[in-house]
Amino acid sequence: MTTSTQGDVVDTVEHAEATPEVTQPYAELGLLEDEYVRIREILGRRPTRSELAMYAIMWSEHCSYKSSRMHLRQFAQKAPPSDRLLAGMGENAGVVRVSDDLAVTFKIESHNHPSFIEPYQGAATGVGGIVRDILAMGARPVAVMDSLRFGAPEDPDTARVVTGVVAGIGGYGNCLGLPNIGGEVAFDPSYQGNPLVNALCLGVMPIRQMQRKAVTGPGNIILLLGARTGRDGIGGVSVLASATFTEEAEERRPSVQVGDPFTGKLLIEACQEMYAADLVVAVQDLGGAGLTCALSETAAAGGTGMDVRLEKVPLREPSMAPHEILASESQERMLLVVAPQHLERVKKIADKWGVPATSIGVVTDTGRLVVTWHGQRVADVPPASLADEGPVYARPMREPADLVLLRADRAETLPRPRDGAALRAQVLRVVSSPDLCDRTWVTEQYDRYVMGNTVLAQPENAGVVRLDETTGLSVALSVDGNGRYCRLDPYTGAQLALAEAYRNVAVTGATPVAVTNCLNFGSPEDPGVMWQFAEAVRGLADGCEALGVPVTGGNVSFYNSTGTAAINPTPVVGVLGILQDAARRVPMGLRENGDVLILLGETREELSGSQWAWVVHGHLGGTPPEVDLAAERRLADLIARANQVGHLRSTHDLSEGGLAQALAEACLRYGSGAVIAVPDEFRDDPAVLLFSESSARVLVSVPRGREVAFVGLCNEMGVPWTPLGVVTGPDTPLEVADLFQIPLDELRRSWSATLPRLFGSGPAPEGPADGDGGDGGDGEHGTDSGDRDGADTAGAAGTGRDSADSGAGAADAAASASSPATGGSASRSGASGAKRRKRRRPRGRKG
Amino acid sequence: MRVGVVTFPGSLDDRDAARAVRLAGAEPVSLWHADRAPLMVDAVILPGGFSYGDYLRAGAIARFSPVMEQVAAAARAGVPVLGICNGFQVLCEAHLLPGALIRNRHLHFRNRDQWIRIESTRTAWTGEFQAGQEVLIPIKSGEGCYVADEATLDELEATGRVVARYVGGNPNGSARDIAAISNETGNVVGIMPHPEHAVEALTGPSTDGLAFFTSLVKHLAGAPA
Repeated sequence: MTTSTQGDVVDTVEHAEATPEVTQPYAELGLLEDEYVRIREILGRRPTRSELAMYAIMWSEHCSYKSSRMHLRQFAQKAPPSDRLLAGMGENAGVVRVSDDLAVTFKIESHNHPSFIEPYQGAATGVGGIVRDILAMGARPVAVMDSLRFGAPEDPDTARVVTGVVAGIGGYGNCLGLPNIGGEVAFDPSYQGNPLVNALCLGVMPIRQMQRKAVTGPGNIILLLGARTGRDGIGGVSVLASATFTEEAEERRPSVQVGDPFTGKLLIEACQEMYAADLVVAVQDLGGAGLTCALSETAAAGGTGMDVRLEKVPLREPSMAPHEILASESQERMLLVVAPQHLERVKKIADKWGVPATSIGVVTDTGRLVVTWHGQRVADVPPASLADEGPVYARPMREPADLVLLRADRAETLPRPRDGAALRAQVLRVVSSPDLCDRTWVTEQYDRYVMGNTVLAQPENAGVVRLDETTGLSVALSVDGNGRYCRLDPYTGAQLALAEAYRNVAVTGATPVAVTNCLNFGSPEDPGVMWQFAEAVRGLADGCEALGVPVTGGNVSFYNSTGTAAINPTPVVGVLGILQDAARRVPMGLRENGDVLILLGETREELSGSQWAWVVHGHLGGTPPEVDLAAERRLADLIARANQVGHLRSTHDLSEGGLAQALAEACLRYGSGAVIAVPDEFRDDPAVLLFSESSARVLVSVPRGREVAFVGLCNEMGVPWTPLGVVTGPDTPLEVADLFQIPLDELRRSWSATLPRLFGSGPAPEGPADGDGGDGGDGEHGTDSGDRDGADTAGAAGTGRDSADSGAGAADAAASASSPATGGSASRSGASGAKRRKRRRPRGRKG
Repeated sequence: MRVGVVTFPGSLDDRDAARAVRLAGAEPVSLWHADRAPLMVDAVILPGGFSYGDYLRAGAIARFSPVMEQVAAAARAGVPVLGICNGFQVLCEAHLLPGALIRNRHLHFRNRDQWIRIESTRTAWTGEFQAGQEVLIPIKSGEGCYVADEATLDELEATGRVVARYVGGNPNGSARDIAAISNETGNVVGIMPHPEHAVEALTGPSTDGLAFFTSLVKHLAGAPA
């Protein structure tokens, strides 16, 4: 190693000019030789140590989008016209106008790699990061969602990741005071060494309060607001997010940031006050690539220069070197630019909230980002060369060689039962499978009530948040993805994810208006992965054009693999819709005895990539269900019109698990049974009716007396419909006439038991049970709001509490009586957690 | 009728408490943790959240905040005070209520719609309920397990100061299923579930929580000036 860049001497610009021959560790920092040569060309000399660090992180895959950029352009090129879009891609998050004076902003982002290494902090800071993106737009964050994918449920390491990630999301979001209104949880062996943790945040603001990141006005002051800067997260984006994991992953734990949600909350409140008083010229959050990214992006956006005095940055560790300060990803920090005359007021607000605000420099008109360290110039670069002019690669692409065989192996050829008993057993298996079972174990760890504006939350079709108490103006949000469909066909799979999210939003009564996405893929250096990525982006862009909803922003996460095995390609799509009056939202649950059940859309023999194929046969192959976006639009329009005239008591989207899953969820929501008759065309093959995952379908319940008018509307609007049956009310089973029936308490027990069985109900009580039954109630989970019996099904084995008014006193007794059972389950979980640290490589894919 | 809602750094449900006060027909007044001035309100709510990040212990730092001197004085003078969730923890830390709230026995944060039974209607905050009435209110906490020594628990029971109990399953392991307690005079109540999240049919599992706030309004209307 050469002395001058590695020793204690600060490597200044002058020193770099004087020592052009010094060998620099660019390769270790993730830069290619060509890239290093370009840096030298840009600067006309070798970079200083600080500059090298800055280019390395800003030109990393994570920050520069160098492999994805040329594909992502399609989102803009194919974007349908929208008069609602106030800010689009390129800003921290897209901004959508929802009324004359209100706008919302939303975005989804990944925190996959940190969440594998240190699940709690990785997931927690994932929430923190996306919340600050929303905050940087000028908005008040008002809700979060999370899309989670883990390895095989029975793998011993999965419990470590699941319990840590869920606790981390809850721990951060709950303390920040943001309701968690929904999301998804899925399991697949392809995520074994690389879980996906995608966090979405929604914010709302008066339009006039919208902020931008473009820095203007020479003489304006650059402020660092929030937490002190430490060594955590150094190289997070380049080390973690832009390279494939190897066996040394454990050693990279210091690269994971540590979150402090309390400071995050204070940061939100302080920024709100500053925005409202119009004191801020520009703002940017410090996330991946820390100060380097925030400084260079804001300066580049405004075409200005900056003089930054790095020694002013408040440090947690005084021994930090300049390049470390520039690269640190310490959490809960924001960069603000304010006019000198506002400095006092800004500092006063920061002081009120107990958040340090430190001037670290001034805006200049030099067009150079100049960083000094105790008077010595350690960086002097054109900011755009960091932020906008990174390398762009047209990576080689090739359809994976195994895809032809995989597609030929169709699930439609698998044996399907025809008799009632076998179908009944398969329905229970599918509904209780880890991908489809009750999510209460997860969602109970999240606060869904805080802020008092949550109109719908998990397990509803979409989350609905009220924005205006007077008018009831609300937005609906859903995030969806399906890695198995995308493995079989990334173009179609991405469109299916979009269609599902669009449908989930539409069935609440909302009008879909905008899209965000998080694109999770393997290594872009693998031509097969790059082909998957390009196909998925093309599919998504085409889909958005067809549905008339623009992409407003998103995130790409590459290098999701361990060793050579890439994850299933997993684009996760978030759709935002506007609901003019929350009082008109349509819930998912069956409620009124006698309501008529109708299935909208066409059911085809489409079982490839389905949950039925995976759960019953361990099979993945064939081609995923066909996409018909025109049909999705007609369906959404129909729901909107039917809802306006009160035809709909409930709506539930059909997706994974098909009709069987939709019926089970709709029945269990409020504990109401239903009887359906198999339509003639499925008489000989009822499994297709129950398990097909054909898209563009919705299960609706219509108040009796309105069904004729409703199907008339369906005919008028060109939406196929099939009469299915009737809602039979409390204390009745889910029945498929002539085939089988399942009592709801049996269905609920089976559906609710899966996640607690896999991941435990919490550590065993301390000490011997004291007989108060205090802990007895904790094993299982009830259902959801409004369900009288829902509070606790603990020990429900004996109580069968599906009726609307089963005695709470009896449940008390049941809670006490269930101690032995809970103890058993608790001891299971006692073995989880810390001991299960051994990492596993992904195993061979099923099927 | 002015009802103060205290905002500590890290308070989260302060706006929700203010909304509930408004829906009950009273005027919510925002109180700031750093203020030492007399409160000038007819009642006080300490809202839910993570005051001071719950550092050290939930409520342990908030109890030393300047506003708490005034709150404690008001409480001792008979002004109605309601501590919800984190506010309950603050009241215990401030010794305005006995006992303590510790980590849920199962160690998870838990958010669910919880049935509770109103055991005492003789407080400033529960007069509109029927004794024995069961109501549905969200609970959402990680440190909601109420504990006290046996003698204290016996005394709370004997003097009718157990205000509400969990039914249909104890969500956190609280001693004797206790969800809410009061002081001797019934003006200070601490409750772990969140009545302010059950005040509108649109956003809550019920509107059962509103009666806590209408009870206060009625109590204040009937109280000697």
